[in-house]
Amino acid sequence: MRKVSIIGGGLTHFGEHWEISFREMVAEAGAKALHDSKIEGKDIQAIYGGCMASGRLLGQEHVGALIADQLGLNPLPSTRCEAACASGGVALRQGIQAIASGMYDVVAVGGVEKMTEVSVEEASLALGGAGDQEWELFNGATFPALYALMAKRHMLEYGTTEEQLALCAVKNHANAVHNEYAQFRSPITLEQAMNASVIASPLKLFDCSPISDGAAVVILAASDVAKKFVDEPVEVIASAQASDSLALTGRETLTSLKATQIAAKDAFKQAKITPKDVDLAEVHDCFTIAEILAIEDLGFFPKGKGGKATEDGETALNSTVSVNTSGGLKACGHPVGATGVKQAVECLWQLQGKAGQRQVKDAEYALSHNVGGSGATAVVHIYKKL
Amino acid sequence: MRDALPLIWRKIPERYTLLGSHCNNCKTDYFPQRTICPHCRSKGKLVDKQMPREGKVYSFTEVHSGPAGFQHETPYFLAIIELPNKVKVLSQLVDSSKDKVKVGAPVKMVFRRIFADGAEGVIAYGFKFKVVN
Repeated sequence: MRKVSIIGGGLTHFGEHWEISFREMVAEAGAKALHDSKIEGKDIQAIYGGCMASGRLLGQEHVGALIADQLGLNPLPSTRCEAACASGGVALRQGIQAIASGMYDVVAVGGVEKMTEVSVEEASLALGGAGDQEWELFNGATFPALYALMAKRHMLEYGTTEEQLALCAVKNHANAVHNEYAQFRSPITLEQAMNASVIASPLKLFDCSPISDGAAVVILAASDVAKKFVDEPVEVIASAQASDSLALTGRETLTSLKATQIAAKDAFKQAKITPKDVDLAEVHDCFTIAEILAIEDLGFFPKGKGGKATEDGETALNSTVSVNTSGGLKACGHPVGATGVKQAVECLWQLQGKAGQRQVKDAEYALSHNVGGSGATAVVHIYKKL
Repeated sequence: MRDALPLIWRKIPERYTLLGSHCNNCKTDYFPQRTICPHCRSKGKLVDKQMPREGKVYSFTEVHSGPAGFQHETPYFLAIIELPNKVKVLSQLVDSSKDKVKVGAPVKMVFRRIFADGAEGVIAYGFKFKVVN
C-alpha cells in the first residue's frame, strides 16, 4: 500500500453560530485547508465528508455532493460517511484508504455538523440516533444517561471518583484557553464542575460536551508526492477501526470500550510503536468518563487507573501524555461530524510545531481517537512527522 | 420516531412479555430478539424464549434532563438489569424509593406505560422494573 500524509488542515471556529450556514462552514474550512496545503482545487481528485445528522437537524441530505458543490469542485466524486459521532474519523479513514490503494494522489476529507438550527431537545433526539433507537432511546435513555451507566460501573469497580471525572473537564478547559477555534476559552475550577447541575448522575453539566456548529477539513496526499506541496507533511502511520454492539446491554463490560481496545491494538501494530511513544492524543471525551475509558483502552494507563492518572496531572499539557490539547470535545466543542477531522487537524498542527501556547514540546508521535455512539464504532489514527 | 406505530406494534411480544430468543446450538439467550445468532451465525438455531422477569441492578443513573415524552416524570431512574441467564436489559426503575436503588438490588419486571405522544398520540406500553423489598 502507498503511504499517506496530511499536507494541510482548516477549521471554522467551533461554537454556536447562528450567523453562518452549514454550507458556508464547509466552504470556509475547505478554503482554509487548501490554503494551508498550498494546493489548488484542480489538484484534488476525490472528497470524503463526515456528517452525522444533517437530515434530522437541517432536513438536508446528499451532503457529499453539497460539499463538492460549495467548494467549487464538481464534478469530483464526493462521498458522505456516517458513523454517528465517529463520522469524521471514518471519512478520514476512507480518504486514507483511497490513496493507500493507489487510486488517487490527493484527496480532501471534511467533517461538518450544524446543530444549533433546532432546539436543544430536537438536537438531543437527533444525537440519540447514535444509540439503539428501539431499545435504549425508546425506554427513556439519553446519551448522558448511557455514559452515566458506564461511569457508575467504573466508579464501583475501580474506585474512580466524581472529582477525577471533573478534573478531565478542568484540564480540557485549561487547554482550550489557548485554542482560538475553541467554543469555551474560559478556565473552570473543580468547585464549579462539582457544583454544576446534575444531568444524569453521576454526570453533571461540566462532564458533558456541548452542542456545537463547526467544520474541519484536511488534505491528504500520497507521501511520495506530499513534499511537492509542503515542507512539513505529517504521515499517517496507522489507521484502524472496529465495531461493537449498538446497545450497551450487548457489551461484555461497561468499563471498557472493546472497539477502542481492538482498534488501538491494531493501530499500534501498524505504527510499530507503543503507547509510551505517543506525545499527544486527541481522545473522544464526549463525556468525562469517556476520556477516562479512552486513556485506559488506548493503553496509556492500566485499566482502572485513568482517574488517578488524571488526578495526578499525567494527562495535562507536556506531562506523561498530553491529552486533548485542543480542549477536546468538552471545551473545543463537538459538532459531531466534524470532530474526527478536527482531531486530525490538531495532531497535524502539533507535529508541525504550529500549536502556539498549547504546543507539546518536541512532539514526534500523535494519536487521534474518535468514537461513535456509546462505543459501537471506534477509529484510531497515529501520525508522525514525515 | 417515538410515535412510530409500526415499531410499537411489531415489538408487542417483546415489550409486553420480555419474549427473547434462545439459540439451540450454543444455548445462549438473547434479548431483544435476534434474527441471527452472533456466535453461531448460519449454524445457529434461534427459537422464541421467555426471559426471566426478575434480576439485579447492574448499573443505574438518575436522569435529570429527560427527553421528549419523558419530561413529566423527570427525574427518573434508568438502569441496566442483569437477569439470571446473564441477559442484560435497559429499563426505567419505578416504584422504588431512592435509598433502595443500588447496584445489586433485586428487581422484578412490571408492565407500565412507557410514553405518550401528546394528548392524542400513540401510547406505548412495555416493561419497567421495580426494586423488590
